[in-house]
Amino acid sequence: MSASSWLQLALYPVILLLLVRPLGAYMARVYTGERTFLHPVLAPVEQLFYRAAGVNSNAEMGWQGYALAVLAFNLLGWGVVYILQRIQGFLPLNPQGFGAVTPDSSFNTAASFITNTNWQGYGGESTMSTMTQMLALTVQNFVSAATGMAVLVALARGFMRRSARTIGNFWIDLTRGTLYILLPLAFVLSLLLVSQGVVQTFGSYQATPLVQPTVDADGQAVTQQMLAVGPAASQIAIKQLGTNGGGFFNANSAHPFENPTPLSNLLEMLAIMLIPAALCYTFGKMIGDTRQGWSILAAMTILFVLILGLAVWAEQQGNPALAAFGVDQAASSVQPGGNMEGKEARFGIANSALWATATTAASNGSVNAMHDSLTPLGGLAAMWLIQLGEVVYGGVGSGLYGMLAFVIVAVFVAGLMVGRTPEYLGKKIEAYEMKMAALVILLPPMLVLLGTALAVLSPAGRAGILNPGPHGFSEVLYAFSSAGNNNGSAFAGLSANTPFYNLALGVVMLVARYWLIIPTLAIAGSVVAKKHVPAGAGTLPTTTPLFVGWLIAIVITVGALSFLPALALGPVVEQLMMGM
Amino acid sequence: MLKTLIRPAAVLLALFTLVTGLFYPLAVTGLAQMIFPAQATGSLIEQHGRIVGSALIGQPFDAPKYFWGRPSATAPFAYNAAASSGSNLGPSNPALTDAVQARVAALRAADPGNTAPVPVDLVTASASGLDPHISIAAALYQAPRVARARGLDALIVAQLVEQNTEGRQLGLLGEPRVNVLKLNLALDRVE
Repeated sequence: MSASSWLQLALYPVILLLLVRPLGAYMARVYTGERTFLHPVLAPVEQLFYRAAGVNSNAEMGWQGYALAVLAFNLLGWGVVYILQRIQGFLPLNPQGFGAVTPDSSFNTAASFITNTNWQGYGGESTMSTMTQMLALTVQNFVSAATGMAVLVALARGFMRRSARTIGNFWIDLTRGTLYILLPLAFVLSLLLVSQGVVQTFGSYQATPLVQPTVDADGQAVTQQMLAVGPAASQIAIKQLGTNGGGFFNANSAHPFENPTPLSNLLEMLAIMLIPAALCYTFGKMIGDTRQGWSILAAMTILFVLILGLAVWAEQQGNPALAAFGVDQAASSVQPGGNMEGKEARFGIANSALWATATTAASNGSVNAMHDSLTPLGGLAAMWLIQLGEVVYGGVGSGLYGMLAFVIVAVFVAGLMVGRTPEYLGKKIEAYEMKMAALVILLPPMLVLLGTALAVLSPAGRAGILNPGPHGFSEVLYAFSSAGNNNGSAFAGLSANTPFYNLALGVVMLVARYWLIIPTLAIAGSVVAKKHVPAGAGTLPTTTPLFVGWLIAIVITVGALSFLPALALGPVVEQLMMGM
Repeated sequence: MLKTLIRPAAVLLALFTLVTGLFYPLAVTGLAQMIFPAQATGSLIEQHGRIVGSALIGQPFDAPKYFWGRPSATAPFAYNAAASSGSNLGPSNPALTDAVQARVAALRAADPGNTAPVPVDLVTASASGLDPHISIAAALYQAPRVARARGLDALIVAQLVEQNTEGRQLGLLGEPRVNVLKLNLALDRVE
């Protein structure tokens, strides 16, 4: 690989980490209700929202009340997204005249977008009307992200407050996250993306003649191309920032109208990680000790860089099966070489592998290369990052609250070893917190493995597989990993737009989202009531390199124990079969 | 229940739908059309007052006198810009090796005597099926064939390749690449 490729790989985490502190501090101000530079514009809007919704901005909620509000808001969102897809044929802003989406696909997509997964069973430009993309999908991109951030902030309050009962007000956290954080960032990013060539128009698809006419699969002459366009930039900005991932077009961020240049690619990649990384600083700021946030961010970053190395190396190796035909896969000054199937020429190997790692580390799921065509070990890197529980940065909010569950387990196990009562941030960690943390950590692997088993045992599940051999198993395992951790990317050869997969994956996405939010809020409700225990000689310091290493070890151990057998049947066997 | 749960949920969802679903995309569209009208509508290429394509969307080429782009897996025809898609073939799938073998054979048939190894991006399907670019290596590989098919001086073809090469953005980002449609349009203008 060229020096330029290495430089680009190094540049990405550096820029990201430079942005953590300013954005993290800003978000802490937003959630604690301090004034920000956007208050003159947005505070009146915020107050208007509360008045219209009958929200008392001084009232707070206990954890059950908070959880109920989350569930009510999301259930309603699910209904709206479902209905809009079913009636899009009768609504305006439907330039291509698309009819209703099928019931099972509508269910799946509604579940997918409210849970911040954005699994796409459908092809964007050939299924969804502009109206549906805007009112159903873009709206959920904002509010599902704001929901995740709200739950994290509620958990932070649990550790911040002493002997208290309430953990904040969901309506306020939801409103502030959307208005002060997501909207301004998305607005700026959309315009930057348009400057690079991302389309943003309400015009209908543009017909252009082909320079050299061609024939289609039936031998019919084709003399023109229909350029699918639409208000894409505004949706892409928020799908990246909100770790949503659901693209405007079927090819997602590989489509030149979604991601036209290397600069748009860098901006979109930064947007994937920006908020999840910065929230670590926000968390530290809120609990009054930013070192706590940095140490968690350090653990995430180390895991990220290690797995990134594996992905880049594997993709640059190329595909040994092609060598026999005189194909040149070696990197040089005139070509990136490597495994270029399912990749775009402007991104080459480095930027495709970097994106694949970023989008699976964060629970984003947008792609700029087709993951189904990754090398076995490149695919393993992406899949395993998802299976670790989406805690390496993870989703906005959900990544950090997932990682905090691992932190609780880490201090608990360390406490057992030395025979002391474990504590974290001055709060005693007891059986109740451990039970809830165990739920958060163990539920997703269970969903993934049981779902995969069900699919490969049933004819309907096996019918969707495209690639033969162990790679076909990988497609199914990847699908359930993605749904069971709310990622949304796919080994897209799997024909998942069938009643079986739409229902199975839809249910898995719902369980994986809400059965983690509820125990997370339960932890918040439990620790918020506890007294503060001053750190003593037996307290495990959670800001040392030792603890960072310990946390990484716990995450890897759980991820490896849960998934090594399944990974061995898929990518590992494929790698061995290919003699790589 | 109604007052503390359903009313805030319904009213806030309605307001967010208004702000993020309508106001936000409309405002972005308005500004985008004002500041970057060409980019926002698809970076269309105009020639003699007629739209001939988009600088960002590739077109299918398989005549020897044109540079060929990346293989495309879109259905029902290559480079269908209304249905973007990759092949999704796994690395161990025999269908992938068969396809690559056929593409190598087609390139060799169009250019007998050229025994140089084929650059990988020229025989592997792009992620979108609409990739407008090929690597410089893939353009250099095809240049002698195109020059011969058109009876053009190799130097002129090399010059056009260079003119349609995009370097790393800001000198650093991405991969150097050649825009196939723009290059072929430039070739057609020479004659």
